[in-house]
Amino acid sequence: MSALRKPWASFDGPLLVSVLAIIAMGLVNLYSATRVAPKGLFSTQLMFFGVGTVLFLLAAAVDYRVLQRLASPIYLTVLAMLIGVLLFGKVVNGSRRWFGFANFGIQPSELMKLALIVAYARLFSADPLDLQARPVRYALIWHAVLFVPAILILKQPDLGTALLCVFVAASMLLLVPLHAKVKAGVVAVDVSAAALVILFGLKDYQKKRFLTFLHPELDPTGAGWHARQAIFAIGSGRLTGKGYLRGTQNQLQFLPEHWTDFPFAVWAEEWGLLGCLLLLLCYLVLILWSIYLAHEARDRFARYMAIGCASLLFWHVSINIAMVIGMAPVVGVTLPLISYGGSSLLTVMVVLGLLMNVSMRKYNY
Amino acid sequence: MGILSRQNGKLRFDLRVRLTSSLGTLPAGCEVGSVGASPGAQRGLDSSLRWAVAFVVLVFLGLAGRLVQLQGISGEAYYQRSTNNFIREREFPAVRGQIQDRNGQVLVENRPAFSVYITPRFLTEDAIARLRKYLELSDEQLASLRAKIDSKKGLERFKQVLISESVTRDQMALLESEKEALPGVDVEGRARRYYPHSSNLSHVLGFLNMAGPDDLKHGYHSADYVGRSGLERVLESQLRGQPGFEKFFVDAKGRRKSKSDLGEMAQLAGDDLKRDPVPGSHAILTVDLRLQKIVEEALSHHSSAAAAVVEVDTGKVLALASYPAPDPNALSGRMSHADAQRLETDPFRPLLDKALRESYYPGSTFKVVPALAALEEHLVNPDEKVPCYGRYELGRHVFRCMKAHGPVNMHEAIAQSCNVYFYHLAEKVGLERMAKMAQQFGFGQNSGLGLSETQGFVPTLDFYKRNGGFRGGYALNTALGQGAVRVTVLQLALAYAALGNGGKLFQPMLIERLETPTGEVVQENSPVLRGQLPATEESLERLRRALVDVVADKKGTANTAFIDGLDIAGKSGTAQVRKNKRGQSAGWDTTNDHAWFVGFAPSRHAKIAVSVLIEHGGLGGHVAAPTATKIISGYFNQVAPEQRPRPIVAEPQQPLRTSLPTAGGAR
Repeated sequence: MSALRKPWASFDGPLLVSVLAIIAMGLVNLYSATRVAPKGLFSTQLMFFGVGTVLFLLAAAVDYRVLQRLASPIYLTVLAMLIGVLLFGKVVNGSRRWFGFANFGIQPSELMKLALIVAYARLFSADPLDLQARPVRYALIWHAVLFVPAILILKQPDLGTALLCVFVAASMLLLVPLHAKVKAGVVAVDVSAAALVILFGLKDYQKKRFLTFLHPELDPTGAGWHARQAIFAIGSGRLTGKGYLRGTQNQLQFLPEHWTDFPFAVWAEEWGLLGCLLLLLCYLVLILWSIYLAHEARDRFARYMAIGCASLLFWHVSINIAMVIGMAPVVGVTLPLISYGGSSLLTVMVVLGLLMNVSMRKYNY
Repeated sequence: MGILSRQNGKLRFDLRVRLTSSLGTLPAGCEVGSVGASPGAQRGLDSSLRWAVAFVVLVFLGLAGRLVQLQGISGEAYYQRSTNNFIREREFPAVRGQIQDRNGQVLVENRPAFSVYITPRFLTEDAIARLRKYLELSDEQLASLRAKIDSKKGLERFKQVLISESVTRDQMALLESEKEALPGVDVEGRARRYYPHSSNLSHVLGFLNMAGPDDLKHGYHSADYVGRSGLERVLESQLRGQPGFEKFFVDAKGRRKSKSDLGEMAQLAGDDLKRDPVPGSHAILTVDLRLQKIVEEALSHHSSAAAAVVEVDTGKVLALASYPAPDPNALSGRMSHADAQRLETDPFRPLLDKALRESYYPGSTFKVVPALAALEEHLVNPDEKVPCYGRYELGRHVFRCMKAHGPVNMHEAIAQSCNVYFYHLAEKVGLERMAKMAQQFGFGQNSGLGLSETQGFVPTLDFYKRNGGFRGGYALNTALGQGAVRVTVLQLALAYAALGNGGKLFQPMLIERLETPTGEVVQENSPVLRGQLPATEESLERLRRALVDVVADKKGTANTAFIDGLDIAGKSGTAQVRKNKRGQSAGWDTTNDHAWFVGFAPSRHAKIAVSVLIEHGGLGGHVAAPTATKIISGYFNQVAPEQRPRPIVAEPQQPLRTSLPTAGGAR
């Protein structure tokens, strides 16, 4: 049956349509967000989309079985880069995240998100009987694979990316056929360990910082002010928005970082509740379709890779929107395909490419 | 349904499941066969995936719910807040209306003044030292400045604090030129209320004060002034005008944006971007400043006094004075604590308007009330003489007279102020008739001037019954304006005006009209008649002749104040404050009697009525009457010479007859 199909013939329609819709909204929004300042971001982002398309095609074209074989070298290489960036990286805004080349840079932490997905897909593609038989071994490997890079990323420091790695890793763990008791055990141990670290391991000033992180309203002049302005912007959009290019919070720069971390506020102000629900719907279609791809995947590696990609998209979208609309603390997590920025965009394009990869080869043997 | 089942001791997953057919986004019927490579191997995790789908959908529903709350339910409120973010409003205070006298003399106006503000957060020690030098602050002022700075904490330190409102132009120029060395110091020009005649008419005009927390709730701003007393308070809304505003746009950094920068966003501010302030109305008073000055000058020879002058035919107030009076310029500014303390504890009570807000025993000036009551009710024959031996006995009580007047009729009793005659008369008239007549004169009631005033008091039988029982002596006391009778200076002037105009009691009128600064009349007042005395012309003529002789007759109590050619009808009064201290000392002594003189002039076709009270001044005829005649002659000589009566020509006076009931118990 489908064994005879060529991969490109099953190029995934729903995936492509939802992605293109989000990209269109993202570009429209970025133009508005950067109309006043800063200049030139829109064309740079277009260029990133060009590069991103190439990466997307590459990620889709290379048979994922190649990735499966290379999972360990990829992971170890990115890990080495993470160590390297801590030693030689460029300091931007107080954190050491970048390897700088002439005009552009690479964030190893972004690459680590991809490497983790591939590594876990590889790990969990083992025989499920083995997983059942030796749960502790897998749990320990899972921890090691996650915590070494996560701690390195925290050192940069980049809390948002570190948290995202933890969330993606946890999502993948919870969706493999380990016994429920094992999963529950891992969650219980890790959560209580984290609680102990926060309660007793942190120094007072670190605790204080943690508290303001959870409750930005305690600091009304700093982060709290930005968060409030974002809420004003969103709420003021009302049902149908103030109209394109007419968002006062956006155009008069009351919004913080509105092209990177808060573009959703720009969108919400100018397009209102209807625009927001449309955007949410597109993301929902994309994520659910990715889960469906996991279901349809030809083998276990592809399945877990799709799950990893879906969870990465899900956590990016939900954490970013939740923080912008005041349901979560403000951490630097971008909104896929909408936020300005090369690293984030290229990562997402590769993730989409991997999903396409899984999709195209679901019937091929 | 993704059931984990055991088969042959091995785990396997049943994959014959449709993936969430409940989710419309997923194609139904995509049945997945066993695609695993080897039998018994893992083929999928549909149970887990369903959980994942449910979780994703739940989270998205949560996000959507929050958006509905923010944009749908609270949208309007956030819309308002986002608008307030970039639309700023600047207010332009309206010029407060002037107050002028009846001839257009300015009584209250506005002058530019310079205020100094400090922002504690930015103020340096060096700047404080410079401020002290430039503003010539005393040690006390410097200490209070430091206290002000130290009292501000936290965010309060970023707010401007007013430290001086009366900086001279030179000081202002100095502060401006040294601006660089004075961080946290700002100078602002602002109109300030100015009373060019300082204490003249002070109590009537009133003063302003900084807006307090309560005013801020009623549309005032923290730097605004609000009328606190007198006309400034009563006419607050008319004098204040309507402040204007200008809306302008700013971005997040406070930079101003023009309307064209904003394009269509500017429409959010509405069409009304600017409104010019509407200046307050001018109030033109009935008061004549020239007369007011004459009155206040006359009063200033005493320690503490009050006077009222009204137009007899209209009730218009020509002058209303209470001495001593504070300077409203000082009251409207920032008075030092010590100065305020001094004003409050001054024994002469400068802050009190004694013409309106304090009531006194009217003393003998009240005798016209029982006299008129007796005449109208035909209770006495006014020509009948009553012997005065200087004392009058009622039960065990002895009531005294100034001296033994011998036999006196009503005319002489009024002119010479014989108490014994009025004791006899009071017994016939009784308290109730006197009280009724007093009320017809307007006593015991608000006069209706519009400023805050006290009502005074007229005792009735009822009152005494409720307060320990009535005794005959109370009627006698009341006839003499003692006991429980209390009147205000203005009430007396109006009562005597009624005697001088044929019995018409007017509501006093203070505000002639309100007009815009360009002269358009906003409101025009006209005299209001409150009532008519139940008096025949004959009775009034009888009283008038007696009142003339109070001054004109050699034996009259106020004959010392007689001025040749000045035709006055009036009555002196010496109101006892403490028992048996009658007229014992002159000068200030809080046990000394209050001196009164009330009258109208000219005695025929009267123009003005005057009431003068000298607190603890002693004998009314000797102390208050000369002050009153000074005011009256001042009026006719300097203020309104055209109204000066023709010199009195001797004209034969017809004998007056008051008819009495034939069967009179009034003998």
